[in-house]
Parts: sequence; C-alpha cells; structure tokens
Amino acid sequence: MKAALEAIRAAAHQQLQQAGSLKELDDLRVKFLGKKGELTAILKKMGSLSAEERPVIGQLANQIRESVEGDLAARTQALRAALQAEKLRAETIDVTMPGTAPAPGHRHPLSLVLDEVKEIFLGMGFDVVQGPEVETDYYNFEALNLPKDHPARDTQDTFYISENILLRTQTSPVQIRTMEQRKPPIRIIAPGRVYRSDAVDATHSPIFHQIEGLVVDKGITMADLKGCLETIVKRLYGDEAVVRFRPHHFPFTEPSAEVDLQCFGCHGEGCRLCKGEGWIEILGCGMVHPKVLSICGIDPEEYSGFAFGIGLERLVMGRYNIDDMRLLYENDMRFLAQF
Amino acid sequence: MNLSMKWLSDYVPAGDMAPRAYCEGMTMSGSKVEGYEIEGAEIQNVVVGRVTAMERHPDSDHLWVCQVDVGTETVQIVTGAQNVSAGDYVPVAKHKSVLPGGHKITKGKLRGVESCGMLCSLGELGLTAHDFPYAIEDGIFILGEDCDRTLGRDIRSAIGLCDVKVEFEITSNRPDCFSVLGLARETAATFGLPITYPDPVVKGSGGDIRDYLRVDVENGTLCPRYMARVVKDVKIGPSPRWMRERLRACGVRPINNIVDITNFVMLEYGQPMHAFDLRHVGGAHIIVRNAAPGESITTLDGVERRLSPEMLVIADENGPTAIAGVMGGEHSEIEADTVTVAFESACFMGSSVRTTAKKVGLRTEASGRYEKGLDPATCEAAVNRACQLVELLEAGRVVDGVIDVDHASHEGKKIPFEPDWINRFLGIRLSPQEMVEMLRRLEIPVENGVALAPTWRPDLESKADIAEEVARMYGYDKIPTTALRGTAEGIVTPRQKFDRRAEQILLGLGLSETLTFTFISPKLYDKIRLPEDSPLRTSVTILNPLGEDTSVMRTTALPSMLQVLATNYNNRNPEAALYEMAVEYLPTAPDRLPLEKPKIVLGMYGDCCDFYALKGRVETLLEKLGVAGAEYLACPDDPSYHPGRCAVIKVGGETVGILGEIHPEVCENFGIGAKVYAAQLDGDLLFRLHSTEKNYTPLPRFPASTRDLAVICDEALPVAAIEKAIRAHVGKILEKVQLFDVYRGAQVPQGKKSVAYALILRAADRTLTVEECDKAMAAALEGLAEIGAEIRK
Repeated sequence: MKAALEAIRAAAHQQLQQAGSLKELDDLRVKFLGKKGELTAILKKMGSLSAEERPVIGQLANQIRESVEGDLAARTQALRAALQAEKLRAETIDVTMPGTAPAPGHRHPLSLVLDEVKEIFLGMGFDVVQGPEVETDYYNFEALNLPKDHPARDTQDTFYISENILLRTQTSPVQIRTMEQRKPPIRIIAPGRVYRSDAVDATHSPIFHQIEGLVVDKGITMADLKGCLETIVKRLYGDEAVVRFRPHHFPFTEPSAEVDLQCFGCHGEGCRLCKGEGWIEILGCGMVHPKVLSICGIDPEEYSGFAFGIGLERLVMGRYNIDDMRLLYENDMRFLAQF
Repeated sequence: MNLSMKWLSDYVPAGDMAPRAYCEGMTMSGSKVEGYEIEGAEIQNVVVGRVTAMERHPDSDHLWVCQVDVGTETVQIVTGAQNVSAGDYVPVAKHKSVLPGGHKITKGKLRGVESCGMLCSLGELGLTAHDFPYAIEDGIFILGEDCDRTLGRDIRSAIGLCDVKVEFEITSNRPDCFSVLGLARETAATFGLPITYPDPVVKGSGGDIRDYLRVDVENGTLCPRYMARVVKDVKIGPSPRWMRERLRACGVRPINNIVDITNFVMLEYGQPMHAFDLRHVGGAHIIVRNAAPGESITTLDGVERRLSPEMLVIADENGPTAIAGVMGGEHSEIEADTVTVAFESACFMGSSVRTTAKKVGLRTEASGRYEKGLDPATCEAAVNRACQLVELLEAGRVVDGVIDVDHASHEGKKIPFEPDWINRFLGIRLSPQEMVEMLRRLEIPVENGVALAPTWRPDLESKADIAEEVARMYGYDKIPTTALRGTAEGIVTPRQKFDRRAEQILLGLGLSETLTFTFISPKLYDKIRLPEDSPLRTSVTILNPLGEDTSVMRTTALPSMLQVLATNYNNRNPEAALYEMAVEYLPTAPDRLPLEKPKIVLGMYGDCCDFYALKGRVETLLEKLGVAGAEYLACPDDPSYHPGRCAVIKVGGETVGILGEIHPEVCENFGIGAKVYAAQLDGDLLFRLHSTEKNYTPLPRFPASTRDLAVICDEALPVAAIEKAIRAHVGKILEKVQLFDVYRGAQVPQGKKSVAYALILRAADRTLTVEECDKAMAAALEGLAEIGAEIRK
C-alpha cells in the first residue's frame, strides 16, 4: 500500500509537470485527488489495515495529498504565468503610433494674450469693464479734451455714423463712462475693439483691439503710473524686459508718455526687428488730464489718476512672431490650430 | 518735420554732437526722432578734379579721353559727355569709388583706352538741377564758383552734401516745433546749450508801403493778425547754395529766390508766408473776408474750387486770390518777370483753416501748420526776416513801412506755479529753484508764483502742463517707480464668468474661436437670403466707409461665420469647427446708439459633422451652462437654413436661438461646396436663463429596472413628442428614457418608422415590483396610443 501511494506521488508529479493547459491540470486533479480519484480509492482500503499500520499509512497518505496539491498549485501558477505572458506578448502594440483623443478647439491668439493680460490686472485689483463700440462724439472725443476741430482728431481717422455718432477710435471713452458711474477709488481695464479708417495691410487693420486702463484715487502720482506699467510689462514680457518712458502728447492726459520696450533682438543697438531704433513702442499713457476729471465730476484738486492704452495686436504679433495682421481676422484653421 | 543739422547749427552749437546721441536726447525730452540720415553717406572716394587736357578717343566719334588733375596725381578718364572742356572743375569718381545706390566704380578700358574712373553728373551724385540750377542734368556736373574747388577735396564737403537730416515726429500740441527755431529752442533746453536767434533787421530803401498796398481785414476773429511788406525792383533768379542746401535737407524743392525765401522763413519760423505779384492784386487792395455765396477760385494747382461763406479768403477788388491759410490762387503767382512783390505774414484761426481745408479737400504745408494754432507774435519777425533775406540775396529793394492789422492778444497765459503740487503729482523731489531753472531753459519765466506761458506755446494752460515741462526736462527716466498703494480686489462679474464658461465649453467641444470684422457688405444680406422686408436689413451705416465691403455694422453675425467657413473651404481645409462670441448691432432711433447684442455663433463643415453633431454641441453647451428645459422645434421657414433641417431652440417659451443645416443656396452664394451647419444663440437671453446653482441628490439605494419598448409611428412624428408622451404617462418612477434605435424598411410599413426606447424605472425608497413596472409600461403604451404610436409586434 505504501508502494501504491508512492507510485501515485510519482505519477502525479510527473503528469502534472507535463500538463500543458489548465484543463489538463483540472483533469489530473480529479484523477488523483477527486472523490473518485486514485488517492481516495486507496484511502478507502484503509479499513483493511492493521491498527499499527493505519496511522502510518494515514500520515503518509496525507503527506502525499499535500505533495500532489503542492505540485498542482505550483504547476497551475506556472502555467497561468506562461499563458498570461503569451497573451501579453500577443497584445503588444506599436507605441509609437499616434494617440487619439477628442480634439479640443483652439483659442484665438488675441484672446489667449488678452486672457493673460486680464489675469495680471485682476490680480492687481483692476475690474474688467466694457463700453459700446458705436459711440457718441462726446465720449470718444469731446469729454476726452478733444473738442470739434481739434487737430489731434486727424490722427485718428474716424468712421462716422452721423454727425454725433461714430465707431469709437479708442477704448478711452470707457474711461469717461466709468468715471461717470463710479466714485474713486477706480481701478479698471477696458479691453475692446476699436475702429480707424486704415486700409487693410500686413500692419494695419480698420478694426483692432486696445486695452484701456484707468486708476483714479487720492494721491496717485506719475511714479505710480511708472511702477504699475513697469510691473505689467515685466509680467508680460519677462523680468529681463527693459522699458523706457518718453514724453508724448495725448489730449486727455498731462503729462503724457509713450512706453518703449527695448528690442530683444539688439538690446537697444538698433536692428531690423526694431527698424534700427533699438526700441519698440508698446503703449501710450499719462496722468489723467485735470479737465477730463472735471468733466466727469471728479475734483482734480482732490483726486488724480493715470490712464493707459495698450495695442493688443502688436502685443500678440510680437509674442507669436506673426508678421501679417490679416491672419488674425482670416481665421484659417491652419492658423488657429497653432494656438 | 525734417531738420537739417547744418541749419540747426546756425542757432545752436549742436553740430558736433553725434547724430545718435542727439536723437536719443531729443526723443527723451519730448521731440520724438523717427530716424536720421547722413547725406552722401554712401559716396566714397569721389573728389574734386580739374580737366587739364582732352582729346578725341581714337576709336570713337563721341568719346573723349580726359586728363584730370585730382590733386595728388593726374588720371586718365574716358567720358561720353559732351559738355566738358579743358579747365573745368568736375566731380571725379576715382578707381574703387562708390556712388549713391552702392554703385562701385573701378578702372577699366573703354574701346581699348584705359579709364581710371568716371566723371559724374548731378544724377550720379544723387542730386537734381534744383540743387544746382546752373548745372545741366544730362551732362557732367561742372562745379561752379559756389563750390569748394580745391583739387582732391572730398566731393561731399566741396558741394555741401554733408548734412545730417533728422526726422522728427511732432505732436499736434507743439506747432512751434514745426520749425527750425522751435527745434533749436528744444535742442538748447535739452542739452543746456546757448541759442542765438536771428535778428531780422531790414535796411529798407525808402518809399512808403501805403503807396503800394492797402489791406483791410473784415473778419478779425478768423484773421487775428495780417502783416505785409512790399519789395520792389525784384530780380527773380536762383537762391544761393546755402539756402538751397537747407531747403533740400528739409525736403523742400528750391524754385527761385523769392519763393525760396518764403519757404525758408516758413521752415525757420514755422510761419507760412505768401508772396503776391502786386501786378495781379486788383486795386492794390487786399481784403481779408469771408467768401461770398457762389464764389470760386482756381488755386495754384490749377483746380477750380467752390467756396462757401464760412471760408476765409484773401481777395482783391476783383475777387478771391487765395484761400486763407490753405493755398494761393493761380493769378498772383510769382513769375520770371515779377517786379513788385507783397509778402503776406498772417495768422488765421486754426479751426477755421482746418474746416476749410477739409471742405475743399486740400491739405497743404500751410494749412497743416495753421490748423494747429500759430503764434500771432511770429508774424512780425517772419515778415521782416523775409525782407532781410531779400536784401541779403539782393533779390530786390524793400519798401519802407509795414502793414500790420492786429486783432490778436499778445499776452501769454499765466499759470500758477506750485512746486509742492508738482512734486506730489509727479512723485519726485525737486527744489523750486531747480524747477524754475528748467522752465527758464524753455523760456517760460516764473515770477511771484506764476509761470508765464510764451505766446508760441498754446498748449500750456494748467499746472499739469507746467508739471509736464518739469518732468520732461528732469527726464521721465529719473522719475521713480512706486507700487500702487491701498488694496483693491479685481472682481469678475457673473456675466464675465458666464462668457468665460461658455467659451471653455465650446473649446472643449472641439470648436475653435474666431474673431471677425463687425462691419460687412449689405450684399451679404442677399447672400443669406434675408427677405427684402426683413428688419435685419436696416443696419447702422457708416457715412465714410473704406468700401462697400465694410460699410454697415452687421445686424446678424451669420454671414461673418459663413465668410470664415468659405475662406477655410477655399483654402482647402477639409473641415472646420468654429465659434465666435459675436456682437450684432441693431439700430434703435436716429441719433441714438444702437443695441449691441452679444451672440454665440457656431459653424462647421466637413466629414466629421452633421446636424446632430452640431445639435449635440449646442445641447451640451446649454446643459453645461445650466440652461435647463431647452426644446428644439422644427423650423421650416428661416430663409438661411435648410427648411427640413433647422430647429429653433426654446426655453420656457423664449427663443434662445436657432440651429441647422445652412440652405444649399446660401452655401452656393458663399462658394462653399460642402454642407454647412450653424447655430446662432442669444448671449443675453442664455445668461438670463442660466443657473450656476447645483444641488446634491442622494445616490439611489435601490436597483433600477430597465424595460425596452419599440413603437411604430408616422414618419413625421418627432421623437420629442414620443418621449414627452412617455414621460407624461409613466410618472415619477421614470428615471430616464433612452432612445436607442430608429428603424425604417422591411417589416415597417411605408411612411412609418420604428422607434425603440429603454425606460429606466426606479423608486427612491424601494425596489420596484414586477407589477409596478408592468403598470408603468402599460401607462406608457396608453400615452403613446394617444399620439398614434403603436407597440411594435
């Protein structure tokens, strides 16, 4: 009997090793360990044994059962691992093939940069406000210290709707509307479309965008104006950006200034990028003219302020190296998809 | 304004400054330099030579072989010019020289005879006969006595082609800087240099101007000052080289001595001058008056111009001879045989000149200056300076006496000088003395706390203007930079959040953002098939558009989107999916601002899209924005859309938009050979209807039962009606109705369709029994029967 048990162990061990599938393994389990299996068959004959032999054989039978079970488990695990490996091998793909995803749309480059500008100003406590594009002469010119027949009106070729209604040539009328509606302290920016009678070419468009800014409070100084705008320029162009403020003239600010950015191409030496000037003009600004404050019912003896206007197109074209303004309004997918 | 550095040096010792440093300094003190140009910069190795001998070329009947002394040596040069003789002084481009335009000259052989360079014409040096009236243009430039004829001298210094031209951008508030003296004043103030003004002293030659000319000014408001002097025995001829050079550097063509003098004085003082030939001044009487109704004048340019009564004219007894401040008449022009001249030096009101110039469509050098407002005080210096130059040039004899009709105020404005305020306003700390010194350099005297604005500075009106003068003299760069004090919170309004959210959703749905022109051609209304009587055809119209294509403010943004799609289609982009946060402009009342209406416009074409692809995006947009309860109703009558593939979108009875396939005719009108899908949504209405409120509903604790249902109904019955009927009859245990199939064909009768739904039934507080579910399905069928949908067997 002992020999028969050992034979089962050997046979099971050998056959399990040779089994090639989980099905075969299961068959072998039934064959050796099942209720009608060989081991059970032998154990059934235990009754014929003597009292001395019974515990010895019983112990041996248990050992053999454990051994077969161990072999079975090991073989099962090995076979599973092999099958898994085979399956994984078969499922190998070319990971260099392009990925797929629902393609999101593209934000227009003008909006991308404007979003950035708005974020910077929001962080500095500015509200974003809007005004109408079809404006009255009063808000676009007169209240900004540009009375009728003022020669500076000529520099802004205006589209007229009627004698007193026009397409705003600047976002500055929003300054007036804001000062009429709000009491200082005021910190706003007003981005928007403006219109000037310029024929379309690579650097001109009859419609373009400005970002107007206005700060009015007690004790606002020209040093504040410089500090505020320098911060903004550095946020937009990086800390290494160098700016200069030089005198200029706008009827609605006094003193007025234009801000130039030192050319990144030549660091001020003059190159093709900056047309030899070394500097690129990026915005106009100044201290709000006392007349303008008075017109809006703000006492210039008590309050002062500054205002500025940034041309968005120039900012965007510089940022992305776009050399033709027309691309911005053509909306070709091949252009938009680059942003 | 172009400035000659040579001319500038007549008044301010700035001639030795490096052009770059000069330009930088001027820009930073407020006179923006656009650029500068060194005359003759390209010319190299061209010198003064003298032809010592010449003989005919042995092999040619038109070439000459010249021996030319260039100081250090004598070189042989072959020329084809016929105006050269032995003894002439000529410009010689030697071997290895460079002429304007980068032309290089080297020695070579001409028909076998060696030529070591070239004799130059005016044109080859970049000049014209206006620069040297005695020289001919189609021959060699024979140097006259007005040139430095030292042999071997660099030609640029020999003929005065060595100036530096600086181009300034003068802002409209500084008419005084449209002159050499104005810029000299700024130069002196900027660099702390002394300035020497011309002293226009006229010797005179006796006589009395009143015997020659009478002047009456009828409108002293439009003509605050009118001055005149008379010159007799005029000898018309060329002006001297120094004057021609200065005019040339400023971009003015020399003509003859009298005309050149008027231009010279205009450039020098900024005061436009006019010279009348007295022969043509009828009755020797100048009348400054408004034009009479129906009057007209033929201006110097030969064009007849109609005048209107608000315009000021200079007239004689026969009628208008000039449009005041704009242009002279053809009649009184200076001619070669002019003998008696009247110089006019007048001041006209800027706004009147501006309106007149605009109305007659003539913008001249003079009108450009007048319209900015000139200083009446300058008239006197200018007219005397002109006469002084006449005497200097020996161009005639100046008659004694000056006519001066003066209605002008010669008082400069008095402005409070408040150093403390200026320091506070600018954020700087200067002593009052420092400020006073800066203002003194600008010739703004300060006395007893009052700054006195010079008469040539109409821009100085208030203390902020004085602050600017101090700031620019101190240097904007030296003003410190400080951070804004106080705290403020930038607030994003609900509307701005809504717009931002809408754009994020649209981008996420694969639509790209576009920005389009807001003015369009009215023809686009035809292209989108707007009916003739559509109110949308009434647009805000631009009076002075660039062209018809951009002449009206759009009342609908649809054509803009279609144009963009057409551009993409024509550029062979296989597909496009776009949106615009557009604005439409709806007229209200005449002389009132229009309504600017925000619209969200979607547009797509290409393989990837159909009606449902567009609708799905619109549905998602509305859902994500929190606009609930949108219904889509077939809309067969919008002319821009396919009548069978268009829906209006309603929320609670209000129309928030429209979507559908664009009418094939419209596509054709825009040249798009693909099916186009578009939607137009009302931004304001969506904003009003949207909600950002979210409320948590507990997750279900009991299982759902799903039952399928297929019905057969008329083809025309919208599935929305079926769903509505199911919802209405099943009641609240209906969690969801999902359409999963629409079938037409075999087993379904003609004109019918089979529609299959999955109904998900669930109760919050229990597991539904089979009976409850059966009851619900029976109810659904009952409701469906009412609308003619039968269960499919």
